[in-house]
Amino acid sequence: MKHLLSMDDLSLGEVQQLLSLADEMSEIQKRSQPKVPALRHKTVVSLFFEDSTRTRLSFETAAKRLSADTMTFSATSSSVNKGESLRDTVETLSAMGVDAFVVRHKTAGLPLAMTQWTNAHIVNAGDGAHQHPTQALLDAFTLTRALEMGNSLAGVRIAMVGDIRHSRVARSTVRAFVLLGAKVTLVAPASLLPPSLIYSNAAHTRHEWPVSVSHDLDEVLGDVDVVYLLRMQHERMNAAFISSVDEYALHFGLTAQRLARLPLHFKLMHPGPMNHGVEIGVDPALVPGSLITQQVTNGVSIRMAVLLSLLGPAASSETTKEERDV
Amino acid sequence: MSNSKSVLIIGGTVVNASGEVLADVMIDQGVVQEVGPNISAKYAAENEGGPQRIDATSCVVTSAFVDLHTHLREPGREESETIETGSRAAALGGYGAVVAMPNTEPAQDSVAVVEFVRMQGERAGLVDVVPSACITVNRSGLQLSPFHSLAQNGVTLYTDDGNGVQDPVIMRRAMEYAKELNITLMQHCEVSRLTEGAVMHEGCCSSHLGLPGWPSIAEVLMLQRDLELMRETGAKMHFLHLSTARSVELVRQAKNEGLPVTAEVTPHHFSLTDEKLSGFNTVFKVNPPLRTMEDIEALRIGMQDGTIDAIATDHAPHAAHLKDQDLQAAPPGMLGLQSALGVAMKYSGCSVQRVIELMSWAPARIAGLTARQGNSVAPGNIANLVVFNPTAQWEQSLEQIVSKSQNTPYLGLPLQGQVHCVLRDGKVVVEAGVITK
Repeated sequence: MKHLLSMDDLSLGEVQQLLSLADEMSEIQKRSQPKVPALRHKTVVSLFFEDSTRTRLSFETAAKRLSADTMTFSATSSSVNKGESLRDTVETLSAMGVDAFVVRHKTAGLPLAMTQWTNAHIVNAGDGAHQHPTQALLDAFTLTRALEMGNSLAGVRIAMVGDIRHSRVARSTVRAFVLLGAKVTLVAPASLLPPSLIYSNAAHTRHEWPVSVSHDLDEVLGDVDVVYLLRMQHERMNAAFISSVDEYALHFGLTAQRLARLPLHFKLMHPGPMNHGVEIGVDPALVPGSLITQQVTNGVSIRMAVLLSLLGPAASSETTKEERDV
Repeated sequence: MSNSKSVLIIGGTVVNASGEVLADVMIDQGVVQEVGPNISAKYAAENEGGPQRIDATSCVVTSAFVDLHTHLREPGREESETIETGSRAAALGGYGAVVAMPNTEPAQDSVAVVEFVRMQGERAGLVDVVPSACITVNRSGLQLSPFHSLAQNGVTLYTDDGNGVQDPVIMRRAMEYAKELNITLMQHCEVSRLTEGAVMHEGCCSSHLGLPGWPSIAEVLMLQRDLELMRETGAKMHFLHLSTARSVELVRQAKNEGLPVTAEVTPHHFSLTDEKLSGFNTVFKVNPPLRTMEDIEALRIGMQDGTIDAIATDHAPHAAHLKDQDLQAAPPGMLGLQSALGVAMKYSGCSVQRVIELMSWAPARIAGLTARQGNSVAPGNIANLVVFNPTAQWEQSLEQIVSKSQNTPYLGLPLQGQVHCVLRDGKVVVEAGVITK
């Protein structure tokens, strides 16, 4: 694996390998000195063209725990507009000696374009509404471990609720869940589903989403093991995707009333940051099945696993676990 | 003989609207003098003071192509193309005339800018550069262009290409002027509210890739509105780069009804689909976007049955640094002049004669250029001609590109139909696929 750009590029076996490696990373994180020298002398640059303090810190923590040197290039679009093109930025940083770029950009496909501009490894930390593969991996890791199902989600019924249309999390996490055997139902008003799922002419059948679709959260809730809530952005009102945030919350938010109807064993997930009172109307800390904090913790383990897979000694040759210094 | 060198095209198939015939063509004084089988025997050899001879064996000899839709980028974006480099690309593509789109900087919304473009075209001297003008000042959609002044200066085609005219009031008034002045409005059909932020066709691919989609309905709605306005005002309209199956259907109905409507499609819209975007390559970002196989089928049928009048390139050069951005930031557009014939012959499903009609005769009529372009190869007609091999298979390479930009989508794709020679006013400007001037 040279880059991690999209969940579409990963086989089931590769996903399972990364999940298993993340177990080892979790063990490291539990030590009193949670740091190993595996990526000593490697340089990891986080290149964030869109703000995301959480994801950036999670990646940087992961890199530091593996002893990599880290740099941050935080570029709002305005600073890039000062004259230096994005390609120039990438080439300039590469010339300083970078082993991996962790990239966040508002436009789908930019991380793939970058692979043409640098020899460094690229990790996609979110590109537009396209992909966020480490989120998908950490979600898969969190849920498989919480359900104690090994590296499988066979038969687990998952409802993903919210703005699927604009969500890179949906596009990556659904793929991971389905790959591991889960049965996924997308729950949203039609306007917030990808156009290919709501317009049913022949032109829209090439990329099947292997999911069911529902517009009725209440109908779905009685029949699920996991509820995965997506963040609802207020600005969706502007382009008439929703009538109002309140209206959305009323029909698609996880209210106390709806919570009461969920089975006892159910699990709750959210990629963060949460919009309290919108997609979630209860305090997640009081929800027994909430995995939201574990998702954050596991994010570091998964990102360690990804960086190690790309940059570690095992990435270039067959080596044993011991040789990887872990 | 005369002081201007005469030219003898030998052994080609002369294709006219009336039919085709194996014949030699003698050209002198810029005009076709004689067309007939084996007339070459009458003339002295080239090294004995006879006419310049062009071997057209296995080639078609016909009127040079006319492009209704060329972005030459000058004035304002000379880093991407100039009228000179664009003219070279046009000549190599077999064109005798190109309509220069008015989205320059400043825009072609005044007599001064229009005259500048025309003059630069004459300086380049390879093809007729025919400036179109804006429908609204600076293509803003707010204030009508000075139609009377522009029409007096010979401008017959008007468009805000790149932008559709959104406001129905402005469009209705523009049509009233168009009717009065007997000029043609060329609409870029796009309801912009439906395409905000869009980078590709809205469909399966865009849903999968998470890219904002440009739905077909955004084209269809504006087309439908304008057809209704045409019915009311009686104005002539030409629809640019139609891309959807439904658009073809609407134009077919309008023609059956007798409305004075013409329409063009681009080579890329009938040869490439939205799946090209799956690698996020900005070369394939174009407006309107590449659509689906179903749309391509409808465009092909439209070209074959006469619903579509013209193949126009929408040649849109962009400097490398502009395309080397993310998909959202990169400007839409792709090169077309040098590949159009190769794409048309390979992918349109049309006969040679129909391709020539789509690329020469019909666009010459639409642009009002028949005094010089799009005429039959017959004695007395100005010799603006192209000689091309309709069956030659080839692939485009970057080395062949003479545009200032290199954003061609056809690298590595099989093409068929190669330009051999181009004559302008009886002078050879392209010989054996190379510019001689």
